[in-house]
Amino acid sequence: MSTVSHTFSDSATMLRRNLLHMVRYPSMTLLLFGMPIIFLLLFVYVFGGTLGAGLGGASGGRAEYLRYVIPGILMMTLAAVSQGTAVSIAMDMTEGIIARFRTMAISRASVMTGHVLGSILQALIGLTLVIGIAVLLGFRPNAGLTDWLALIGVLALISLALTWLTVAMGMASKTVESASNVPMPLTLLPFLGSGFVPTDSMPAGLRWFAEYQPFTPFIETIRGLLVGTPIGSSGWQTVAWSLGIALLGYVWARRLYDRDPSR
Amino acid sequence: MTTAPTPPASRARAAGSAAPAIRAAGLRKSYGDQTVLDGIDLVVPAGTIFALLGPNGAGKTTTVQILSTLIRADDGDLRVAGHDLSREPDAVRGAIGVTGQFSAVDNLLTGEENLLLMADLRHLGRRVRRQRAAELLARFDLEDAATKPAATYSGGMRRRLDLAMTLVGNPEIIFLDEPTTGLDPRSRRSMWQIIRDLVAGGVTIFLTTQYLEEADQLADRIALLDHGKLVAEGTPAELKRLVPGGHIQLHFPTAIEYAAAARLLGDVVRDDDALTLQVPSDGGVHSLRALLDQLDNASVEVGELSVHTPDLDDVFLALTGREPATDQVKEPIR
Ligand SMILES: Nc1ncnc2c1ncn2[C@@H]1O[C@H](COP(=O)(O)OP(=O)(O)OP(=O)(O)O)[C@@H](O)[C@H]1O
Ligand SMILES: [Mg+2]
Repeated sequence: MSTVSHTFSDSATMLRRNLLHMVRYPSMTLLLFGMPIIFLLLFVYVFGGTLGAGLGGASGGRAEYLRYVIPGILMMTLAAVSQGTAVSIAMDMTEGIIARFRTMAISRASVMTGHVLGSILQALIGLTLVIGIAVLLGFRPNAGLTDWLALIGVLALISLALTWLTVAMGMASKTVESASNVPMPLTLLPFLGSGFVPTDSMPAGLRWFAEYQPFTPFIETIRGLLVGTPIGSSGWQTVAWSLGIALLGYVWARRLYDRDPSR
Repeated sequence: MTTAPTPPASRARAAGSAAPAIRAAGLRKSYGDQTVLDGIDLVVPAGTIFALLGPNGAGKTTTVQILSTLIRADDGDLRVAGHDLSREPDAVRGAIGVTGQFSAVDNLLTGEENLLLMADLRHLGRRVRRQRAAELLARFDLEDAATKPAATYSGGMRRRLDLAMTLVGNPEIIFLDEPTTGLDPRSRRSMWQIIRDLVAGGVTIFLTTQYLEEADQLADRIALLDHGKLVAEGTPAELKRLVPGGHIQLHFPTAIEYAAAARLLGDVVRDDDALTLQVPSDGGVHSLRALLDQLDNASVEVGELSVHTPDLDDVFLALTGREPATDQVKEPIR
């Protein structure tokens, strides 16, 4: 038997299972995408005029703010999708079929890998949707082909990190309700970073937090790739944070899955 | 470990002289300070049906969960399909199929998709998987519901799908935790037939049940589990022999007839008030005829006659002190 090839084929099988779930019950996915889209509209049309003026750019106003807020909204989309991941894995763990999987000779991590890969695909669809709407609203990215490819890679990497983390959170939750609450802070982190306003407009303590939390380099990297602002050290910080969070989430989730289900 | 589907016939032959399919020695499990399994020993020869019989909370599900690698035992030397449970759980998993007490189907998928999912996880080839799914849908009478989500299935259909999913990889040992609980009499009979067919194909079955009749009908060997201990183990016939419950009950119209019969028959259980005698008997036609001839020859008139053969209810009562069904209390007077 070849363990490695089974790890791949079992994960692919579980991915197909999760995609079928999403196709069959699209309401959850639509709900997840709804929130960032509403925030996009809200921030651009309600707050955009004032906040855009505060950015102090040449053109100022709503158009300027739309350009500024997109990365924050993209991060919010990733956070929403991973919150959904926590809920769906927690729901899945209550299903009898998980007990069946545990008595089968399949790769141990494959159930979770299926959720993670499914969520990454879901996230990429959501991100495309958000960028598409932003373009309709007048957003004009100036990214070249390599920027776009790098952007897809970076977003997928961040999504990988966040979903492994929320898979573990979902597994650690006793109930489906708590699984939907635990990852809530992830949705707030774009606000407590450079997602909606520049961090140097914040009071000292908050600014310190905003500059050192991972979402700020994530957002700065995405912004740099989309509209050409300087990326600087955000690039490698994004890679390091993502790999670190992904590894932590993976190890934590594996331990929870291998834990004796009777305890 | 791809379980390349072994033709059942060759497996049966191979299993003939081989090690037992399941062997447990000193199996223990507790939850907190509640001891659920308190040193279970059992051996299930390959190609046979073993029934674990016990009331609610006896520890049946816990035993199945341990032997099927779902949870870990606290102690015990446990081997399934020749592999040690704690050292080679994946080798065990490759050899077994489990249908738990509670439904283990994916409710969001259709019946067919559930079977294909199992085929993929059993690493069956591209062509084989569809064929196997179609075959099982037909065998379990699920063809009409094949493309409907399992969430819409009735309890009986779900149970059948559950077992069909277990069979996808042609497991050599199958665990069935209360396979017929909640089924109507017709479905129960067809489930029994399916189980018999599986064993005829060389599979080993470990099943649990609360139904004494079911164990009696199906099992080669039965173990009675009560409060985490096996209180008896043997063939259905052996278990029945453990209780001296078989007798013929005679009721007499008058005290005179009653006294005459009691004198004539000698070693019987008497009930002077009810004018009934219980004569020990195997309940067979020969002993019945002999008894009636004996009474006829002495011209003793019998009012009513009834035959009581010992069943597993009696075994249960005798061994656990609780009765699963009420029976008249025997009152030996001598
Ligand atoms: N996860 C658990 N945590 C604590 N106690 C448990 C757990 N699982 C089972 N038990 C206890 O172990 C005992 C045996 O349970 P088990 O489910 O094995 O019984 P059973 O024979 O299958 O009963 P039933 O016929 O009702 O299915 C029960 O007293 C139950 O309360
Ligand atoms: Mg049970």
